[in-house]
Amino acid sequence: MVDAPNGSRVAVAPLAAWLGRRRVLVAGIILVGLVLLVTLLAPWIAPYSATAPGADRLAAPGAAHWFGTDQLRRDVLSRVIHGGRIPLEVAFTSTVLSLMIGAALGWLSGYAGGRLDRTLSLIMDALYSFPALILAITIVAMLGPGVFNMVAAIAIVYIPTYFRVARGQTLKVREEAYVEAAQALGARGVRVLRFHIAPNTLTAIMAIVSFNIADAILTEAGLAFLGFGLPPPTPDWGFDIQNGQAFLQSGYWWLITFPGLAIVVTSLGFNLLGEGIGEAIGPQG
Amino acid sequence: MGLLRYAFTRVLLTIPMVLILLTVVFLVLHVMPGNPVLVILGGRNVPVALIKEYEHRLGFDQPIYVQYLKYLWGVVHGNLGESFSTGMSVSSQIALHLPATLELSFSGLFIAALIGVSTGVWAALRQGGVIDQVLRFTHIGTYAIPIFWSGLMLQMVFGIFLKWLPTGLQLNPVAAAFFQPITGFVVLDTLLHGNFALFGQALLHLLLPAFTLGLALSGLVGRVTRASLIEVLDLDYVRTARAKGLPARLMVLKHALRNAMIPIITVVGIQFAILMGGAVLTEAVFSWPGIGSFLLQSIKARDFNAIQGTVVVIAVLIATVNLIVDLFYALVDPRVRFS
Repeated sequence: MVDAPNGSRVAVAPLAAWLGRRRVLVAGIILVGLVLLVTLLAPWIAPYSATAPGADRLAAPGAAHWFGTDQLRRDVLSRVIHGGRIPLEVAFTSTVLSLMIGAALGWLSGYAGGRLDRTLSLIMDALYSFPALILAITIVAMLGPGVFNMVAAIAIVYIPTYFRVARGQTLKVREEAYVEAAQALGARGVRVLRFHIAPNTLTAIMAIVSFNIADAILTEAGLAFLGFGLPPPTPDWGFDIQNGQAFLQSGYWWLITFPGLAIVVTSLGFNLLGEGIGEAIGPQG
Repeated sequence: MGLLRYAFTRVLLTIPMVLILLTVVFLVLHVMPGNPVLVILGGRNVPVALIKEYEHRLGFDQPIYVQYLKYLWGVVHGNLGESFSTGMSVSSQIALHLPATLELSFSGLFIAALIGVSTGVWAALRQGGVIDQVLRFTHIGTYAIPIFWSGLMLQMVFGIFLKWLPTGLQLNPVAAAFFQPITGFVVLDTLLHGNFALFGQALLHLLLPAFTLGLALSGLVGRVTRASLIEVLDLDYVRTARAKGLPARLMVLKHALRNAMIPIITVVGIQFAILMGGAVLTEAVFSWPGIGSFLLQSIKARDFNAIQGTVVVIAVLIATVNLIVDLFYALVDPRVRFS
């Protein structure tokens, strides 16, 4: 038996060394962790209310308001701290939805083959080749603004991403000896797909999730910036930038600078996390 | 398979792509809730008889498949219908806005290639070094930045604080009022008019939006350039050239980069879709009168025919660019045709 302190040191040292070689992964974890922490703790760490007006209108950044105040006398720092909730909620929910639908269709298409596969692939390729943002704008414009509709629009536009990976991996895994073995032992149809193929495609699918979240955050920000998000006064980075745009000509730089930096940090974090995960699990073909 | 036959098949393959997108958008617009007639008539207290009359006039009272087939018939004949809000033909309105978008996209693409290829080559030559690491983060950074925000920041710094560059539109409002378009491409038209002062003005107006768009895409181009150049630098003929004593810089420019260009151009072609998405946001930030601005106006007005028409035109545009890239690829690399 190894005693506890010694045992934990043995376990921690290689992990630290491993992480030391994975600077991109560590950077991604730190940025994403920071954003998630700030967003979750927003009610406790925001110095002021995100929606209630304070004393100063359009005050420049200073000791009382680090990021300044907006034209409705609201504290910009507090709005930035609260402003990540909607983008993160929308990005996570839509990514989970498009992963589930896209992967299921991809497995089915790749495993079944034939006419179904050709039809689905054609539709997915067409959607994939079209700009995600323009498709999302069109969908959300018809559904109307709102969180649920943004989730639906973003989920739809990213389904093809998962479809392509799931289908490609299924085609590859289907030829493996162990799948053939399972089939020789009498496993059929859905059972082969569920227990022998799908689990072996998951690594490749999960490898793109973080990139997808980064992309979804930018798409949400674009939608909110164009006015397809939640109605005011809900804080949302993209919408707050649109609000600040009107005051930019007069030189009120802080209204757009800080919410924008928050988007960059979040999107950069998820991109680095994706890169780091990709490096850690090695090339997926 | 011969090149011609490949080209023919490839052209045929773009038709289902455009058709599928057209169908998806048609369904989105016609099946999802939202009555455009109410928007046109502007309000809730509209007499039912008037709504019925408008629905009849616009063809909304017909079964959905009849509307679909009619629309398809029009598209095949180059007729995208009439705009609900202006009464003008959608195709002529798009034709009016398209040159501005093309001017912006291609100059954006040019800037992306300029920044991307040069930083990519630099990173590849310093593979594993500090510069390579810094450029890697920079490249990732460029696509983590929301394009509308980088546009606004550039506008703020160069337009509002430094006052070096205009913050929007293609020309000054006064100059624009007297401007006689020839092709619709403002930069080109000012040259055709022989008006160099106006040409300079048009270029200055183009600079910030094009740079915004180009910057967003430069990271991706940079990464592909780096990866593709590193691969080529390791090939036998490059090593032979190096062994023969060819200086590194000359070797990169003369031998390696030319071969590394194929994957770079392919990626740039594929990214044309992202470019079009970015163009919509860039146009919104810089009041650029392209089809992105037209699309947003049409969405605000719930102008179904205009929205549909714009999406179809963007789909055709993307399909065409992808087609050109694929054909170029097949022309340069004979292996493509046999796979």
